[in-house]
Amino acid sequence: MENIEQRIKKIVAEQLGVNEAEVKNESSFVNDLGADSLDTVELVMALEEEFECEIPDEQAEKINTVQEAIDYVTANTSAS
Amino acid sequence: MENKITLITGASRGIGQAIAIKMGQSGAVVIGTATTENGAGAINQYLEKSGIKGMGIALNVNDAEQINHTLQTIREKFGEVEILVNNAGITRDNLLVRMKDEEWDDILETDLKSVFRLSRAVLRAMMKARYGRIINISSVVGAMGNLGQTNYAAAKAGIFGFSKSLAREVGSRNITVNCVAPGFIDTDMTRALADEFQQSLIQHVPLGRLGRPEEVASAVTFLASSAAGYITGTTLHVNGGMYMD
Repeated sequence: MENIEQRIKKIVAEQLGVNEAEVKNESSFVNDLGADSLDTVELVMALEEEFECEIPDEQAEKINTVQEAIDYVTANTSAS
Repeated sequence: MENKITLITGASRGIGQAIAIKMGQSGAVVIGTATTENGAGAINQYLEKSGIKGMGIALNVNDAEQINHTLQTIREKFGEVEILVNNAGITRDNLLVRMKDEEWDDILETDLKSVFRLSRAVLRAMMKARYGRIINISSVVGAMGNLGQTNYAAAKAGIFGFSKSLAREVGSRNITVNCVAPGFIDTDMTRALADEFQQSLIQHVPLGRLGRPEEVASAVTFLASSAAGYITGTTLHVNGGMYMD
């Protein structure tokens, strides 16, 4: 079973069409991984699906890096 | 458009009904909405009569909750909406100096805000599918104006700007957003106009007659088809030449 970090990095790589090796914890979706605003919306949709949760828009806006996504999922879902 | 799930608002009569039938005959699964259960029943009847797969649903397009509920019903019965035709519209004509706030608000709510609400509601699934068609029914009045219709013209012109902006937002996801702008079409809405006004209107139509609902439906069906895959952010005017872009 993969942990949250691995699962998130895999989703980020798939969604943004980048190599998984490029996806670091500190990577910013927009500044480092070339995401546009619509990509970030889709990324949140993909996270919601993977972790079976609903991320409110005001929370989603604060998820700008891989680490922030990991932190959010860790704190707000039962996934482990 | 074999089996494409198509949602058409305001489909119980007039232009919406013609769109539903033509889309259905082109192979789409058609879900038509009407404001009343009676209207939904009428949609069921003509769909069945024409051998079209789909259903009629009662929906108040001004109610976000009902929109979500309707989409859930469609999802369970057929799947995610792939083609959205925002057709529902009403008029509350009055000269501006006499126009009441309610007359303005009703039109902006039903004719413009509903387009925003429904488009937003179907967009996530379209983004995920990397496919979608949104076709908004505007009006020649939104392009050239008409006395007594400042509210209606404002809403219909708003649809143009909305469609162009959304087309830019979601083009990268293979979702196209276009408008069809009917001129004066022979429907209940135009039959409500005084005879002499109808006659004076026709004088300004180079083709010399009112349009038929089926002629608007053809334009919509084209924009929904794969033949129109490279067309987005534009308006097809179906008005007999009374306004030329």
